Amino acid sequence: MKEVIIGLEVHVQLNKLRSKLFCSCSTQYHDSEPDTHTCPVCLGLPGALPVTNGKAVDNAIKVALALNCNIEEWTMFYRKNYYYPDLVKGFQISQYDYPIATNGSISLDTEDGERAIRIKRVHMEEDPGRLVHVGTIDKSKYSLIDYNRSGVALLEVVTEPDLRTPKEARLFLNKLKNILEYLDVFDSSLEGSLRVDANVSIAGGKRAEIKNISSYKGVEKALLFEIVRQNNLVRRGVKVVQETRHFDEVRGITISLRTKEGEEDYRYFPEPDLVPITIRDRVDDIKKTLPELPDAKRQRFALQYGISDNHAKVLISELGLANFFETVATEVDANLSATWIADVLKGELNYRDLDISAFSPAHMVQILQMLKKDTITEKGAVQVIRTLLDEGGTPSEIVKRKGLLKIAADVSENAVFEVLAENPAAVQDYHDGKDEALNFLVGQVMKKTRGRADPRTVSKLLKEKLQNAPDNHREA
Amino acid sequence: MNVDGLREMLQSGKSAEELLHSIFDKIERSKLNAFVTLAKESALEEARRADKHGAKGMLGGIPIGIKDSISTKGIQTTCCSKILEGYIPPYDAHVIERLKAEGAIIIGKTNMDEFAMGTSTETSCFGPTRNPWDLNRVPGGSSGGSAAAVAGGEIPLALGSDTGGSVRCPASFCGVVGLKPTYGSVSRYGLIAYANSLEQIGPFAGNVKDVALLLDAISGYDPRDSTSVAKKCEYLKELRDDVSDVKIGVPKEFFGEGIDEKVEKAVWSGITALEDGGASYTEISLPHTKYSLAAYYIIAMSEASSNLARFDGLRYGLRLGKDKDWHTTFSEIKAQGFGEEVKRRILLGTYALSAGYYGKYYLKALKVRTLIKRDFESALKDTNVLITPTMPFPAFKIGEKMGEPLALYLADVNTVPINLAGVPSISVPCGFAGKLPIGMQIIGRHFDEATILRTAYAFERGMT
Ligand SMILES: [Zn+2]
Repeated sequence: MKEVIIGLEVHVQLNKLRSKLFCSCSTQYHDSEPDTHTCPVCLGLPGALPVTNGKAVDNAIKVALALNCNIEEWTMFYRKNYYYPDLVKGFQISQYDYPIATNGSISLDTEDGERAIRIKRVHMEEDPGRLVHVGTIDKSKYSLIDYNRSGVALLEVVTEPDLRTPKEARLFLNKLKNILEYLDVFDSSLEGSLRVDANVSIAGGKRAEIKNISSYKGVEKALLFEIVRQNNLVRRGVKVVQETRHFDEVRGITISLRTKEGEEDYRYFPEPDLVPITIRDRVDDIKKTLPELPDAKRQRFALQYGISDNHAKVLISELGLANFFETVATEVDANLSATWIADVLKGELNYRDLDISAFSPAHMVQILQMLKKDTITEKGAVQVIRTLLDEGGTPSEIVKRKGLLKIAADVSENAVFEVLAENPAAVQDYHDGKDEALNFLVGQVMKKTRGRADPRTVSKLLKEKLQNAPDNHREA
Repeated sequence: MNVDGLREMLQSGKSAEELLHSIFDKIERSKLNAFVTLAKESALEEARRADKHGAKGMLGGIPIGIKDSISTKGIQTTCCSKILEGYIPPYDAHVIERLKAEGAIIIGKTNMDEFAMGTSTETSCFGPTRNPWDLNRVPGGSSGGSAAAVAGGEIPLALGSDTGGSVRCPASFCGVVGLKPTYGSVSRYGLIAYANSLEQIGPFAGNVKDVALLLDAISGYDPRDSTSVAKKCEYLKELRDDVSDVKIGVPKEFFGEGIDEKVEKAVWSGITALEDGGASYTEISLPHTKYSLAAYYIIAMSEASSNLARFDGLRYGLRLGKDKDWHTTFSEIKAQGFGEEVKRRILLGTYALSAGYYGKYYLKALKVRTLIKRDFESALKDTNVLITPTMPFPAFKIGEKMGEPLALYLADVNTVPINLAGVPSISVPCGFAGKLPIGMQIIGRHFDEATILRTAYAFERGMT
């Protein structure tokens, strides 16, 4: 594989804000009729003037701080002039020189270890309206435009070309999403909340820009396709041209939109209707409101709870999961909690495509306490979790109803005697040094107790009895 | 026709409705072509309401004409361009809200140069407005309709907008009073932008007092305009005809080449009259004046090229009825909807902003602008007002300069530096060249409209 260079421009909607970037229209438009969340300003009607939403600027500063960026003294908006049917004014109010922040980084856990992906800049801009194509973009006979999205605050996070594989690109996006959700500025579940332009080149060749990929999986798929396409061109001796491509999510391919003949000329110039904004004086206050971010939480979890780094990594991957763990870990053993939440519960949730909010921390505490007190087996605990997710109820009621209460030690002992008596051949095999015989005997005991015995206790008991047995045999 | 006179009429028994009928009659018989859209129904409804419940507010029952670049809810607003044909704004400009709150009655929209680009009101898609003093001559531009309507006695008050002299030039050519306020003192919310960083909405009236009254009504802070600033004082209350404390600066650069002899004489006698009233004057210099036209046109055209991009016929305005792909459709609508002068300025502005030329033209123009601003600041440190001719010559003939766009740009030489500096400036009639009025321009410090209004008021009182 030739060297791959990937850079991303990530457009994130600051969709936890209640109003748009330059007007007071609501941003809660996702379940509404088209054009119902609009006003003269976000429709770009003649004479309407923008006024900057201060909260949006604060949110942007928050993100920039979390991405370890250098926050500028002041910032200002420019007009980016271009024509597109969903762009109401014929220009987009964006940032150019003097963005909110520059020179940050995100630390990424890649296949070859921890690596810093540099962030070139973070800037704000307004979202255009939304084009709805009939069928696919290249085949559609006409387009419909919905202006509800027009003017929603976007944050553009631009990376340096530091990513090397499509998988890294996806990891990066997950990490970014993770941070944004920790900051409470972003809801990734809303349609169109994140859009990515990906630049990719191989072996020092010209780069292609894939525009407007709207899902995390899409980014990885588009990049994979594009790398194969470029590799094939190079193998056939054809030069890769610099161009803008569109990713067709349905067919999983990229198609050429336009070839670049030189740079596009956006005729940027300062937005005369907006005055520059001093931001440095807000930074200290905003810093104080920053929550603990994923990396810091991961370190703290390992230190404070003594859990493995792998567990910590899984637990911090969602803020809800991390909080869930902390709630449970204050009640019961932290390591036990980490194992059961990260390995078992998370797996069961993923399998059902559920969120951590589907499970109660109090229930988890009860289950772990029963495990600790040896009243249920591990197998039983898993069954309780599954039942809670599928049918609901409470742990104690499920244990009772499903007969999961761990069997008493003397019952187990009786079963062991019975099994030893019923299987002389296996006992003989054990004494002849065949270790598998022990597993067989354990299995038989479990069968007899219908799984309620603890396999480890059974194994221990069996070994004790078997050690005594040879003497009996000789005496007989 | 002035506000005091109308008020007396209304108080002595004439109904607002009757008044409006006579105004509409006059406008409909008029040869001036000052109005392009009349809002008869809504105006009469307002008048009837005023008659029934009594006129309220500082402009209760007083009719006013509005330049067609200011958005009026429910009344077609086109900037006198074909491209905005049929556009009826769903909202009122800030100034319209204020006027309505003060009881003024909006009677219609006045003619203007297309998108406020011009010095003669000849580029309007509704045809030119005529100067009331000589029907073969232009009223000045771009707010020519507003000035002519006031000068022709059709209405007592009107609003215009001034980007590089568009209120003061027609005030001068038509012999009325017109004021360009300090940038930021009147909200631009709802003013269809030509060049945002330069323009302000400004009042017209037949006398200084009414201009002050109208300014009181429309100025003040508006949270919807980021450049808006809170009001300093009540202008009408500040009026008195005492100028003994006023120090006048006379910038020599404004009395140079190309100025009509009669204009120069009239303005000097105006200055002398103020001196007789107790003011003092000194000659001063604004050294960067010679660069102001170039800087002005680059900034104005650059901003215009971006502002006018939105007019594509997609959601409002001109439709051709045969949609092709959006590129072609947009191009055809723009080709048919925009007039010559507008296209010229869009092209020049686009060029000035394009990669490679931005630094050479736009940024340089901004630097010149800073120098000009400093010129004014230092000149107005030791003086309270500056006095110059508003226009270098009186109204010219319709058609006379249409073939020479560059010559026409030069006519703005005395007015554009004021917009670059953002200071306030008023034009008051100061005499005649033959039967054509001449305007004297009084420029003031930032947000010191009170002093230029007072100077103009004293001058006006001395003249009559
Ligand atoms: Zn809006």
